[in-house]
Order: sequence, then structure tokens, then C-alpha cells
Amino acid sequence: MDDITDGLTEVSCDILVIGGGTAGPMAAYKAKRRNPQARVVLLEKANVKRSGAIAMGMDGLNNAVVPGYATPEQYTKEITIANDGICDQAPVFKYASRCFDIIQELDSFGIRFQKTENGDYDVKKVHHLGTYVLPMPNGDTVKRALYRQLRREQILISNRYMATRLLTGRDGEIAGAIAVNTRTAEFLVLRAKAVILCAGAAGRLGLPQSGYLWGTYENATNSGDGYAMAYHAGAGLANLECYQINPLIKDYNGPACAYVAGPFGAYTTNSEGRRFIECDYWSGQMMQEFYSELQSGKGPVFLKLNHLHSDTIGKIEAILHTVERPSRGRFHENRGTDYRERMVEMHISEIGFCSGHSASGVFVDEFARTTVTGLYAAGDMASVPHNYMLGAFTNGAVAGEHAAEFAAGRDLPDYDPSDVEQERARVLAPTRRDDGIPPNQIEYKARRMVNDYLQPPKVTAKMKLGQERLAEVREDLEGAMVARDAHELLRSLEVASILDCADMAAAASLFRTESRWGLYHYRVDHPEKNDADWFCHSILRKQDGRMMLEKRPVAPYIVPIEDEERSAYDRQRIRESA
Amino acid sequence: MIASASAKAPNEEARLPIAYTPTTLPVVVDEAKCIADKGCTVCVDVCPLDVLRISDLTGKAYMKYDECWYCMPCETDCPTGAVTVNIPYLLR
Repeated sequence: MDDITDGLTEVSCDILVIGGGTAGPMAAYKAKRRNPQARVVLLEKANVKRSGAIAMGMDGLNNAVVPGYATPEQYTKEITIANDGICDQAPVFKYASRCFDIIQELDSFGIRFQKTENGDYDVKKVHHLGTYVLPMPNGDTVKRALYRQLRREQILISNRYMATRLLTGRDGEIAGAIAVNTRTAEFLVLRAKAVILCAGAAGRLGLPQSGYLWGTYENATNSGDGYAMAYHAGAGLANLECYQINPLIKDYNGPACAYVAGPFGAYTTNSEGRRFIECDYWSGQMMQEFYSELQSGKGPVFLKLNHLHSDTIGKIEAILHTVERPSRGRFHENRGTDYRERMVEMHISEIGFCSGHSASGVFVDEFARTTVTGLYAAGDMASVPHNYMLGAFTNGAVAGEHAAEFAAGRDLPDYDPSDVEQERARVLAPTRRDDGIPPNQIEYKARRMVNDYLQPPKVTAKMKLGQERLAEVREDLEGAMVARDAHELLRSLEVASILDCADMAAAASLFRTESRWGLYHYRVDHPEKNDADWFCHSILRKQDGRMMLEKRPVAPYIVPIEDEERSAYDRQRIRESA
Repeated sequence: MIASASAKAPNEEARLPIAYTPTTLPVVVDEAKCIADKGCTVCVDVCPLDVLRISDLTGKAYMKYDECWYCMPCETDCPTGAVTVNIPYLLR
């Protein structure tokens, strides 16, 4: 295993799904259900059984729009406000209208959701305005339940293949993808009538403060490959400057899970044990207050549970130490932190791209279509803001169904064989060198530069310097990176995605000359929000081989927002009372 | 392939040789319990980061690459309880 082997196989399918985490399996499943005759391939860099953000399951739904608790209109309004108004509502409304069906479908797969004694869904309030959080008592079984459905529908699963570039046809339409086996370096050319990108967040962009490359908030496999592939295929990417930055357990870098512990009575405090934010729902405005508190004399910030009854804490531990990031129990044990006695120290994460929590993603409409014909995107990497796990499932379903119909009326497009040759040369270049710089060092340096120059507070002169440093790293990546086996080759390809994302982060952040989304895009030399010039999306795309940016109007709202509602998320800080 | 202190590559400016820096590995396999030598590859199969391998020498699973997200499928899915995931030293 891991020896570099020369080889290339070509296969054809109707619908190719790239990424087998959350959105991908649902997209593949729904495509096949919509057209049982279709050949559906699900490609995964790791193993579909345990891949992506929910490799170890999830403790609940953060954004369930359940009849009786919330309406699609309310949810759409809340997400629009939480995103400072920069939100095409159609995809959000589509999600909100569709997600309850998906909850019931997941239920039929054997994934249970918490119910009250009356048999109603037991939805909790965590957001600023509405009630959307639904616990999943057997959330550790999510991946297994999905996998069963994929087997039943006879989806063709290819594990340990990393897609590296999309193939396009004569008119720029999608024609398939090129992938590399992560253990043999053999190539797979997948021709397809439609491609659905579900490759997750760009979670390995900033460097965690621990300095450990793999100590990220996101599953460390999520290196932004989907963002890079979409970019190189000519798709538009929206609002990348609206970074993902999350409040996490310091050093462990996993979620402190105020969404889980909050409904039990836990909350975020400063070192005096006092609340300083109105609500623990993750938004740029909340992160700004969190950041300010960390920097102030009242820092650091903690998750406070030690006022709760021991039995209540036992219930919280039973969730947090078995699902999503179960090793956090061990982390606390090493440090002798018992929730009953001590507060849990928190900090803010490194930056990343992720629409699951913020709004930085490949631009999609309400059918999950990107700006490239035949190319769809769903989940953390698609631009539907704050869509979380249920959004990945729901928008994955939307993508799968639409792609199945699109593919049914289409012939298999031709691709240019020279594109494959060029990509083989790019991919294998690090294996052709006898000596050079290993991918882990190139990655460390690129990500350290991201921290030093690109993370907020954003300063124009610093970001421009960062672009120079990153260009130097790119020279090393393209001219001197060496991979000694197929596993290092996998890492070298991921570093290329990371560097592409770093360049995109810098360009998008420099483009928007205002501050918006709280900390996510706080530009010190443009500190004010400027609706006159910047009430719009920024769209980044590759044109004639170069990165370009343009404004795109926000689509007219379908759910109106009253003027007095617009600033609800700006009022996060708790007012000092006399 | 690269030796740990190779000479400079031809036609290139002087490159820096690659070191082998020691590091502690978070994933520990109890070789007495591991049944990889009987054909089991569960932990290798499920690892998202693909950092586990079966040793040619011992026939047992081990952590080959120090790239751990401490996520625990290897430990949870091991049929004999042979795998333990520790928190990587740098973040303890």
C-alpha cells in the first residue's frame, strides 16, 4: 500500500456525487430514487462509512423548522437578519419548507429525534429569535443509517478516491471529474452528465493555535477541495470574505456545544462568571462580542455548567462525550476538568470557509445549481447560509433530484483529453522530484501566513503582504514540493486546495471595502457597514486564468424584513443594568 | 526515493535534505488484542485521515502518519477493543 502506481481508468455515469459525508449520500440517494435507471457514483476521499463532519454522528439538528414551533417565513427572516441582509432568500426558504419532510425521512431511516411526553418534537430555543434546535438521542448512528440506504439503492461507492479537477465540455458545461486513488496514485476519469459537489468546508485554512495541523474544528479531511475544484471549473463563489470563525473549547478546538448544553441551562460567560452575550447562536455579530470579551480585561471566555445539578451534567456528558467529538471527555479528563466544578475555557477558532455555519460557499440557487451548467453543490461548501447538517441533507436532496432530471435529458458531454494529460502532469509533479519540500511544511507555512495576514481584524496592508507571502509559498508548491508515496501525494493535493482557498480568502476580503458580518469581515480600515455600496454579494470566479471579483445584487426578498427587525442581531451584547 | 540526507539534486539549486523528526502518536494499538494478522482491516478502513496501516513486520495495525483528528472511529469500530485514541500531545 501507498506505492505510486501508474494507471488510468475511465468510467461513465449519469450523476457523479463528489463527497460522501452528509449532503453527498443524500444527493446520491435522492438522484437514484428519482431515476432508478440512472447510474449514480458516489466518490469519497475517505470511507463513506465514517467520513465528513458527521463521521461520529451528531447530537442534534440546529435549524429544524418544525410545524408548531416555527414557519419557513420566520426561519428565512432570522437567517436573513443573521447574515446582515446579504441573503438570497429563495434557497433558504426552499430549505425551510422542505426540511421537515427530510426530518421525517431520516426518522424512517432509524434516526430518532427527541420527543416530548405528548409525542411532539421537543424543539429547543437557541437562536436569537426563533426555536429550531432538535436533539437526536441516537445521533451516533447517522452514518450507519445513511449507509444502509445507499446499499439498498445500489449506489456505486468509490472510497479513497480524491477528485482533483472537474472536466468541462466545449461550452464550459460539466463533463465529469478526474480523481486520484489516495493509496496508489492511480487515476480515474469519471465522465458524467451532472456532477454534485459535496466536498465539505475549507476547514484546514487557518492554523489552530495549538500548531497541530490536524487539530482543526472541521474534520481535517475537509481541505477545501470542493471550493478549489469549483473555482478552476469557472463557477462563481459567493461571499468568501464572510469567513467561518467559531467559539470553541480552547486547544481541543471542538465545539463547546452551547447548543446542547444551553437548553439544559449552561451559558457562555467571561472570567467573572457573567453572561456577556444575549444568545449563543453562532453569528458574526456574536463572534465579534466574543472576540471583544477575549481581548478585554474580563477575558478569557468560558462555558459555564458548574451551577447545574450533577444529574443534569451527567445527561450533558452522556451526549457530548459520545457523539460528534467524543474524545472531548478525554481532553477534559487529562486536565482534570469536571463540568461540575470548573468552567471550560473557550477561545475562537482559526478561519475557514463554510456555509454550514456562516455564508462562504460556491454560489447556488434554490435548485442547488452553481453557475456552471450541470454542476451542483450542497452542504457546507454551497452558499446557502447557516445550513448546518439538516441543510446538507435537505439541499443534498434538492441537488440529487434536480440533477437526476437534468441528466435524463442529456447526452454524455465530451471532454478535452489534453485536460486530463495536463492534470496528470500537475498531480504527479511532486512524485517526479527526487528532493524538495514535503507537503506538511508547505501546508504549515501557508496556514501560518493565513493566520498572520488574513484573519480578522483585517488590515488592508497586511492582507496585501499576505498575498506576496502566499505567492512565494505557491512557487515552492509548484516548483519544489515532493511526495514520496501515494499518501504524501494526497496531502500535496490537499495543500494545493488550501493555497487556492487562501488566495481566494485574501482576494475576496480585499474586494469588499466595508465591514460586515461582525468579526467575520471586520476591516479595521473600513470599519463601517456601507449598505449604499455593498448591499450585495461578492462573487469570485476564474476568468481567462485569473481570479476576478464582481458584485451581484441580493435577490429581491420573498419574505419582507421590517426596518426595526434588521438590526436584531446587532444587539448581542448584554446591556449593563444599574 | 529520498534518503535522509541526500546530496543536492542535479540541475537544481541546493535543496535542503529532509529530516525525520520524532513525534508522539495519539493512536495506540494493543497488539495482543489486534486481529489484523487474521485479515481484519476495520480501523484502517474507517480512518478519515487514512493514517493507520498494517505492519508488514508484526501483522498488526499501527499509526503510520501523525495526522490525527482524534475523532475515534478506529477505536469505536474495532471489533476487539484493541485501539485507543489519545489526545495529541500538542493540544492536551
